[in-house]
Amino acid sequence: MLVATSLFFIGCGNNGGKEQKKGGVLGSNVAEKVYVAPGEHDEFYAFVSGGFSGQLAVYGLPSGRLFKVIPVFSVDAEKAWGFNEETKPMLNTSHGFIPWDDAHHPDISQTAGELDGRYVYINGNNTPRIAKIDLTTFETTEIIEIPNSAGNHSSSYVTENTEYVVAGTRFGVPVPQRDISIKEYKGNFKGALSFLKVDPEDGGMEIDFQILMPGFDYDKAHPGRGNSHGWFFFTTYNSEEANTLLEVNASQNDKDFIAAVNWQMIAEYVKNGGGKKMPANYAHNVYDEHTHQATSTMKKEVLVVNPAEVPGAIYFLPTPKSPHGCDVDPSGEYIVGSGKLSADVTVHSFSKMVKAIEEKKFSGEAYGIPIIDFEAVNAGSVKQAGLGPLHTEFDNEGNAYTTFFISSEVVKWKLGTWEVVDRKPTYYSVGHLMIPGGNSRKPFGKYLLAMNKITKDRYLPTGPEVTQSAQLYDISGEKMELLLDFPTVGEPHYAAGCPADLIKPRSRKIFKLEENKHPYAVTNEMDARVERKGNEVHVYMTMIRSHFAPDNIEGVKEGDKVYFHVTNLEQDYDVPHGISMIGANTSELLIMPGQTETFVWEPKQVGVWPFYCTDFCSALHQEMQGYVRVSPKDSPIKLSWSLDGE
Amino acid sequence: MKIFKIVYLVALLLFFSCKKENSSTNNTNTISVEKKEVVKSQGQASVKDEVSDPNALQKAKSIADFSTLVTAIEAGGVQDAVVNAGPLTIFAPLNTAFEKLPVNTVEDLLKSENKSKLAFVLKNHVAPANFPLEQLKKEAKKGRKLYMASGNYMEVENKEGKIYVNGVEIIQTVKVSNGWIHVIDQVLVP
Repeated sequence: MLVATSLFFIGCGNNGGKEQKKGGVLGSNVAEKVYVAPGEHDEFYAFVSGGFSGQLAVYGLPSGRLFKVIPVFSVDAEKAWGFNEETKPMLNTSHGFIPWDDAHHPDISQTAGELDGRYVYINGNNTPRIAKIDLTTFETTEIIEIPNSAGNHSSSYVTENTEYVVAGTRFGVPVPQRDISIKEYKGNFKGALSFLKVDPEDGGMEIDFQILMPGFDYDKAHPGRGNSHGWFFFTTYNSEEANTLLEVNASQNDKDFIAAVNWQMIAEYVKNGGGKKMPANYAHNVYDEHTHQATSTMKKEVLVVNPAEVPGAIYFLPTPKSPHGCDVDPSGEYIVGSGKLSADVTVHSFSKMVKAIEEKKFSGEAYGIPIIDFEAVNAGSVKQAGLGPLHTEFDNEGNAYTTFFISSEVVKWKLGTWEVVDRKPTYYSVGHLMIPGGNSRKPFGKYLLAMNKITKDRYLPTGPEVTQSAQLYDISGEKMELLLDFPTVGEPHYAAGCPADLIKPRSRKIFKLEENKHPYAVTNEMDARVERKGNEVHVYMTMIRSHFAPDNIEGVKEGDKVYFHVTNLEQDYDVPHGISMIGANTSELLIMPGQTETFVWEPKQVGVWPFYCTDFCSALHQEMQGYVRVSPKDSPIKLSWSLDGE
Repeated sequence: MKIFKIVYLVALLLFFSCKKENSSTNNTNTISVEKKEVVKSQGQASVKDEVSDPNALQKAKSIADFSTLVTAIEAGGVQDAVVNAGPLTIFAPLNTAFEKLPVNTVEDLLKSENKSKLAFVLKNHVAPANFPLEQLKKEAKKGRKLYMASGNYMEVENKEGKIYVNGVEIIQTVKVSNGWIHVIDQVLVP
């Protein structure tokens, strides 16, 4: 179907097909290429991480329109994420409730190396976690903490059948954590590479094993695909194992490494009883869309593997100057390491690697891990392509696109010949780039999204803090063409793109009331009620256009803890209701049709206090309100509730 | 290479077939024929949704006895209002109710020059509020009148458990996603 559509587009001369571009007819029709008329849909979803915002924003391409910000690692008062009783457990960790994180690398689940549009996985850097976002509800439904890890950066990439999601540590840490001098870093600190097994049914994650690597910094990663499926590649820097002033001390070695890990071999080893269980403490938080509630479970053990236990499973590929991006081309043959201080982009060959291992072409070892001879594994390099290479993605025609931070540009080059074909400036200091499917076997080489860290004068100024941005390029022709420049939420760290047709038909409209298993749900207005348990008051409330039931409550006392359990009885698409209460030390609730959510109110003052619907739901939205009477602690007034006097 | 040739051939064929359809427009126009066709001109009534509970219009359309009402809703141009979030309480006359009107009344109302007149008649059947039957009983008890979208007020009466609106009996009640339909067998002439 997609093939047919793209043929049709080419045939009709739409959106800058190659034939047309050569003719130069469309040279200046840039605006029309990104114009999506009112009521029309975009061709692609772009899931753009918010970096330090901790969230994931959903945009349409080519328009750059923002549809939703999915709360992941940071609390979000708009959606009550981390504020309502149901989602608080999602942000639980071994360090307690953490209201923020740094969200970096979204990756869409794959089947047979192609995007399947089921889930997005994304890493929290700071307090190491991996989250799963369900693309039927566009909600975060699972967050798992990663023990023995710190600065969870070479994450959260999926293998080509979503067998595993990978989470690699950036910072070496003592494993297990203990009170030792920082100066004892070398040899004592470890770098854990965690492999999270994914349940094919529901996308759920469990830590299958952790490889305790030397204490280098594991920066970026990508899985092999095709022939290299079964391997995972991680760039490292700080192979010097410095623990201070890394900008100098971690830049001493001429080459660091790409670690090539045969995860299939290690998974087999573990399956047959290999590895060692060690005590750990990490949270596994799961949201259930039927109970509309999250639960947090503390896990107490993790399986670790020492590389020496599985000879032949891990090798180091020397790669110049603190490589950052670690990208594998659609065929799985080329592994691109972008040394951020290097003048060149280094490309290794998977088939050469296999041959070098067979022929034992090693130039040494580090902590028992063989280092493959550079010449024996290197496929070539893109010479003097720009300054500060960071990341590479691919189209479906054998081209690679690399971002250069210092020279602020995207450079297109050919796999195999390493020749530079085109370069276009970015505005300014580009980090990641994204081509929908660009890290799968099947890229959709129509658009490229470059994500910029700095914008300076590009938009209307907003004081010292100005927006970061994404820039859309048409890459369907020989030369790239800048189409659009749009502001983003937070730092647009990285993104994953997917044809809308893979996701759109499965997007949920409502939650069915009859499937609501929330313990405090009320699915019929007649059952709405208020119950007291000691100083706890539980309000079983319903909402429907345009009233709450009950909407008059008396007999609440100062010092009570009032739980509003509110069920939206609507069964109609796009009719959420909201609620908040004067003086509640929390956010509003935004409740979807068929859903139940809970907020807590602790009245501190005697009086009559109103609550109201916070989402403009209907023509009588303003009438959707109610009162709670709060009496002194020793008042004899009994608990009562009503709607329209009954 | 062979595949490429086939692809090219298909593309070429499509190119010509599109060009034909597009013959009246400028070739340099980058908005494709396909895109032009999908530009939405309709309102909320055209939203496709088979998951939510049916709204008032979808419900009315599913019942043959409301075919005249549905025709009138469309002729009166109020179909988008009837699917609105509302909430709406609709007193829905059966086909037999329209048949009780003087000869040619319906035919006249359906004429395009009488569109606003027809819309006014229809609005006289809609209260922009949430009135299930139990609530109407309360209205009757408390002597509260219903304010209709036409601007008129209607009396609600409870006669031995049967509810009447301006003297017209409610025969049946149906819950819809955006409110209520109360079935009546007489048109509420404004």
